[in-house]
Amino acid sequence: MPGLLATTHPTIPDAATFVVAAMVILGGALGVIVARNPVHAALSLVATLFGVAVLFVEEQADFLAVVQVIVYAGAIVVLFLFVIMYLGVDRRENVNAEPLKGQRPVALLLVLVAVGGVVALGINAHWATGAKAVAGSTLGNHHSNVYQLGQSVFTTYLYAFEATAALLVIAVVGAVVLARRPRLVAEDEREEAAAARSLSAAAPETHDSEEVAP
Amino acid sequence: MSLPGAWYLGLAAVLFAIGAIGLLMRRNVLIMFMCIELMLNAANLTFVTFARMLHDIGGQAVVFFVLVVAAAEVVVGLGIVVAIFRRRASATADDFHILKG
Repeated sequence: MPGLLATTHPTIPDAATFVVAAMVILGGALGVIVARNPVHAALSLVATLFGVAVLFVEEQADFLAVVQVIVYAGAIVVLFLFVIMYLGVDRRENVNAEPLKGQRPVALLLVLVAVGGVVALGINAHWATGAKAVAGSTLGNHHSNVYQLGQSVFTTYLYAFEATAALLVIAVVGAVVLARRPRLVAEDEREEAAAARSLSAAAPETHDSEEVAP
Repeated sequence: MSLPGAWYLGLAAVLFAIGAIGLLMRRNVLIMFMCIELMLNAANLTFVTFARMLHDIGGQAVVFFVLVVAAAEVVVGLGIVVAIFRRRASATADDFHILKG
């Protein structure tokens, strides 16, 4: 596999950047899966996403690095934090509770077998690298990364791009429908609460928790 | 020039494994979503690495679309979590059996 291992001679700054970014990525990923507090997990996720953005820069994917920081670390993690705060689930979780007996060892074994298989396949595979692509626009010509990516997205992948627009609209509509309370039920409950409140005003000794309308 | 692609692919495999382990072992739905994001990032890193190795911009275009799909997935998934939390007041995966018809 000549194209995979030793075609280029890495320089010291490149190797140092990779090692530091890899440590940030793996540390953040471990933080996500061992953190008991969901807020800490979300902040660890930011570290991982930032490390991946650094590696994107290292691999000459400048536009994707910027988009990674803006969309992932900016929007998606903020959405996570918003939901964590909104639901008030930022309390510690009992990670030792295991309702399904034997699930964790089996899960660990399955993941290790699957990933080990993929790595073994990758090591033994015949890699079709080194040959330049003949279809589409190629990396490495004199145009900038944003130019090439924009040209590719708006010509070769134009229909997929339009489909993502439709997908985003569907997702927004779905989120609104899911997060919206059923109005009739809410109004009924509010009327019942108002009735209970007027009753309790008439008879003050029954002033109890009935007026806690959602 | 940059490092050989095998380093990036190995890192992506480890990141994917961590995400899969977290997805299978944690029960908090929000953390499970974050683990899905980890796995998506591992796949993105692989795509960008192959784009560089094969000199083809298509890998980066796919990552662009994965970002869009991940955003849509998180929006809908968190909407479901909020809708279920409104009824059950907890956010563990075991509460999702109320989705059963």
